[in-house]
Amino acid sequence: MIKKEMIAMLLAGGQGSRLGFLTSTVAKPAVGFGAKYRIIDFALSNCINSGIDTVGVLTQYQPLRLNTHIGIGIPWDLDKNIGGVSILPPYEGSTNAQWYSGTANAIYQNLRYMERYNPDYVLILGGDHIYKMDYEAMLDFHKARNADVTISCIPVPMEEASRFGVVITDDEGRISEFEEKPANPRSNLASMGIYIFNWKVLHDALIELKNQPGCDFGKHVIPYCHNNGMGIYAYEFTGYWKDVGTLHSYWEANMELIDLVPVFNLYEEFWRIYTSADVIRPQYIGKNAYIERCIIGEGAEIYGVAKNSVIGPGVIIKEGAEVYDSIIMKDSIVGNNSRVYKGILAENSRLGSNCAMGIGEERENEKWPHIYNNGLTVLAEDSVVPDNVMIGKNTAISGITEASDYENNTLQSGKCLIKVGDQD
Amino acid sequence: MKLIGIVLAGGNNNKMQNLTAKRAVAAMPIGGAYRAIDFVLSSMSNSHIQRVAVLTQYNSRSLNEHLSSSKWWDFGRKQGGLFVFTPTITAENSFWYRGTADSIAQNLDFLRKCHEPYVAIASGDGIYKLDYNKVLEYHVSSGADITIVGKRVDKGIDVSRFGTLEVDEENRITDFVEKPTKCAKCSHLISTGIYIIRRRLLIELIEQAASEERFDFVSDILIRYKDERKMYCYEMEGYWTSISSADAYFNANMDFLDPEVRDYFFNKYPDIHSKVDDLPPAKYNPGANVKNALLASGCIINGTVENSVLFKKVYVGNNTTIRNCIILNDSYIGDNVYLENCIVESRGTIASGASYMGEPGHAKVVVEKSERYRI
Repeated sequence: MIKKEMIAMLLAGGQGSRLGFLTSTVAKPAVGFGAKYRIIDFALSNCINSGIDTVGVLTQYQPLRLNTHIGIGIPWDLDKNIGGVSILPPYEGSTNAQWYSGTANAIYQNLRYMERYNPDYVLILGGDHIYKMDYEAMLDFHKARNADVTISCIPVPMEEASRFGVVITDDEGRISEFEEKPANPRSNLASMGIYIFNWKVLHDALIELKNQPGCDFGKHVIPYCHNNGMGIYAYEFTGYWKDVGTLHSYWEANMELIDLVPVFNLYEEFWRIYTSADVIRPQYIGKNAYIERCIIGEGAEIYGVAKNSVIGPGVIIKEGAEVYDSIIMKDSIVGNNSRVYKGILAENSRLGSNCAMGIGEERENEKWPHIYNNGLTVLAEDSVVPDNVMIGKNTAISGITEASDYENNTLQSGKCLIKVGDQD
Repeated sequence: MKLIGIVLAGGNNNKMQNLTAKRAVAAMPIGGAYRAIDFVLSSMSNSHIQRVAVLTQYNSRSLNEHLSSSKWWDFGRKQGGLFVFTPTITAENSFWYRGTADSIAQNLDFLRKCHEPYVAIASGDGIYKLDYNKVLEYHVSSGADITIVGKRVDKGIDVSRFGTLEVDEENRITDFVEKPTKCAKCSHLISTGIYIIRRRLLIELIEQAASEERFDFVSDILIRYKDERKMYCYEMEGYWTSISSADAYFNANMDFLDPEVRDYFFNKYPDIHSKVDDLPPAKYNPGANVKNALLASGCIINGTVENSVLFKKVYVGNNTTIRNCIILNDSYIGDNVYLENCIVESRGTIASGASYMGEPGHAKVVVEKSERYRI
């Protein structure tokens, strides 16, 4: 008989559209982070470090990179005889086939996967946060309170609480009320989207709500449990937790890693973060290179200057190039004598020689001001910029571009140049 | 699946100074992120050899740790696998491996049970890439009993630490001299310690040697039968070196600062595989000044590093200078340290303010175990 006390269901199907072109061809959990990692590595590493060896990863949007990255789970020791990691895509049934229409709907469609492990508890996770958390400590809390559902919550500054869904609790941590983005918040405990359910509670709620369109944990399942008088508790998490939902918060979280002693420290022996390491060769720093305040992944070759930057595996920064306050992802190349300021170069992109990125005046992006802002400049995955091009701030480039695509070899601040991907 | 592999990784070498005090030569760190044995194992794996035995005896703990999982080299299949054989006491035998031939003799059952017709024998201390199937093709087409992989080295190189080969115009080996002493007219075609031989013939030769209490593969089989048996030389192209002394070890690592060597091993197909250590990216703090250096993951740099190779998880303190050095894994170099022409032994701690200098061309091996964290 198969028996697992707690299994994890990791929701990794979302697009993460506020990351703009970073997620045009990959799901958000598969986006690179911190030089050598991908965002999902943190949740997966937390699972195995917490002793959870059975993880269902629910995928839907652009799953190729995610599937390749996870494989059979070897980097996280999740290649197990019983349990381990399973990729759970939407599937066709004998009478119907449907996409995952919401977070809870996705879990509902995989009831049979969970039943197989005969769990007492089910942990529901997102695949898009940067944090180290012991889910076992949360489970201990859940058991001690005899809870039906436990929601992991983080205290946020009171003035920011109105941006979150907050919970109001009694002294024991039992939640009495929920407020979604309240104008005048009465609490600063924000839900992190991490839940532990008693298996029967989850099972029954999902079946009860199976016809709910777009069935979602926050909007439907938790209110259903609350309205039925179940014991819902808030587990207060006080460690580092970063939502990298927007391009700017993604950039900020990366930049925090290069501090002298980072708040989120990857160099501690305890609670290591694992990732699929397809590049293992050492990095080479050239004779004329200068590097300060950077983290750099395996196999990178730096011949120019890099300051305050996060540089992924296999990146080449050529002679005379200068990179400041930027994120250069895996296998990208910055050409000779090019300068990059607050740039995000997605994987395998090429910036030609004698280019400049992120220069000129500050001007709001014309199409997507809510995505491309704070002076950031994005080069999408596999994109190419030819030599001698000047690129302004709050811009995005996608596709293989040629000199003729640019007016006077320039892309003005606030503009987008899109040859591949969504034009609207 | 015509080949099985035997890696001879048993040896110590007194020319390695105290670098092999705690590990076998085959476990010596190479090229910033690898160990010597990775090169032979990767070449075998990349040549689709699926069954490989590593024969080890001297100080094998760190080698065993490195080989604790065979998945890094893609062995560990149902058909084949990576086998590590250390000497065991049996009813018939109570000896350590008394030589390379004896180490094979003590594991003859492994050879007898295989079904692959040919065996590739290689030492664990060579740094190279090789397609063993090409050697096998040559072996079969030349009709050789034994094929020895040779490498032609520059005339200026002292070959007295190698075995040298003389060949005729058909590349048949006419003479084999192990560690020649009078080197005025020495051949500069040297043996790489890589051989291909038919499995049944190997069993026969090893049994014969064992019955005569002869234990060394080179002198008691290769040199002894060089006239009776047809031995041919396959000349290897590309980079090859073996780490048979501390200086050779230093130079082999420094070679990786050469763009051509780096390109050959790091960028050209096929890749060299190694155990993955899950360390964070290398970190350069204010004060870092790194030029012409190789760094592995997990390093934290606060000082100056020039013309050096830093292995995994090296910490370099503030205002410290490191020039022309090989710093092995998990070393902690304190503040205000000066190191030049040194090999710093792994897991050591160099106290703040220390200074070590070797001579150019003759690196000093530094083993310092100061207290790492002062509370």
